[in-house]
Amino acid sequence: MDLHVRALRTVLEQKGYIDPAALDVLIETYETRIGPRNGARVVARAWIDPAFRQWLLEDATAAIGSLGYAGRQGEHMVAVENTESRHNLIVCTLCSCYPWPVLGLPPTWYKSAAYRSRAIKDPRGVLADFGVTLPASTEIRVWDSTAEVRYLVLPRRPAGTDALSEEQLAALVTRDSMIGTGVPRAPESIR
Amino acid sequence: MTYQSHADIGGHEGYGRVIPEGEDELFHAAWERQALALTLAMGATGAWNLDMSRSARETLPDYPALTYYEKWIRGLEKLLIERGLVDRDEIAAGRMLHPARPGLPALRARDVPAVLARGSSTQRPATVPARFAVGQPVRMRAAAVSHHTRLPGYARGKIGHIDQVRGVHVFADMHAQGLGEQPCWLYTVVFSARELWGDDASPSHDVSIDAWEPYLEPVS
Repeated sequence: MDLHVRALRTVLEQKGYIDPAALDVLIETYETRIGPRNGARVVARAWIDPAFRQWLLEDATAAIGSLGYAGRQGEHMVAVENTESRHNLIVCTLCSCYPWPVLGLPPTWYKSAAYRSRAIKDPRGVLADFGVTLPASTEIRVWDSTAEVRYLVLPRRPAGTDALSEEQLAALVTRDSMIGTGVPRAPESIR
Repeated sequence: MTYQSHADIGGHEGYGRVIPEGEDELFHAAWERQALALTLAMGATGAWNLDMSRSARETLPDYPALTYYEKWIRGLEKLLIERGLVDRDEIAAGRMLHPARPGLPALRARDVPAVLARGSSTQRPATVPARFAVGQPVRMRAAAVSHHTRLPGYARGKIGHIDQVRGVHVFADMHAQGLGEQPCWLYTVVFSARELWGDDASPSHDVSIDAWEPYLEPVS
């Protein structure tokens, strides 16, 4: 595959359809600048700032944009909040739709047939694959991203975090907790 | 003409367990980085739209056997060849053998941040009122269609209700076929797991999809 992709790249470059320097910028952007730490900052802000949380739930695109995260595959953002009684899980059964500006590129499992086929039918089984068990009474909503709306889960703030700074809170927010296949880290984990 | 998508696997059995992965594992081979960048860079030229890309990938005959970025590369090649931008013999030779199509603006490195930050909104002004309102029951179109669609098979013919009205958006089904944007109202429609999967499903589980108005029928 490596040689094959190299051959294709050479053809596209010789034909003037691509600028090789642009490829490097694209890769660097998604390897170093656009990733789940962006989303973690959004979540941490929502945890400490009730007005921001409200804004995020009402107009996620604008609220997230105010922190500098916007654009490709995040043009129409919706944040969904986990509560004591309700857990949200995000999937794209038809391909791999994912909120790039806040979470970066989707992980392999998110794009896998196993996740795409099962998340909508057996969410508790999928959560078990991630080591997550929810109380039997918790309602589960699975959001299948079938159009251009992109979803971000606002996970529950862990107990015992009242004294933490926004930055420390962001360190508790995992990528998976913003997809719904995980929960935030316990505060003990960063001490 | 028949159209077969191999991507519509929601609810299908037999794919095994999900294997979690760390946050830093973005690529598993160097060429995958190139696959990502080539696909984004060619997409930015405007030679096709995102819905056409999805359609190209989901109709690859060997879709189930391909890894994710293999699908991207095969889909990209299909689009390039279909549009006469690249010929098969050029890919095999690894060099240009025929003249380039003029007038296709390459994405420049300096423009990448702005292009990514701008994205590509699919929302369009409403010209007609929404036909459905929040809370209203709706039935999803049951018939299969012979073109790209974003109505997953598991929801076809199922009854749900309108959870949210999302505005007017470019209609993927038409856009993928090169028939223009034909924007229409988009809704989040929610179904109980029991409606989708039968009476054995949990009563405290529901599933939503985002569905354009042509997918929906009123339920009296």
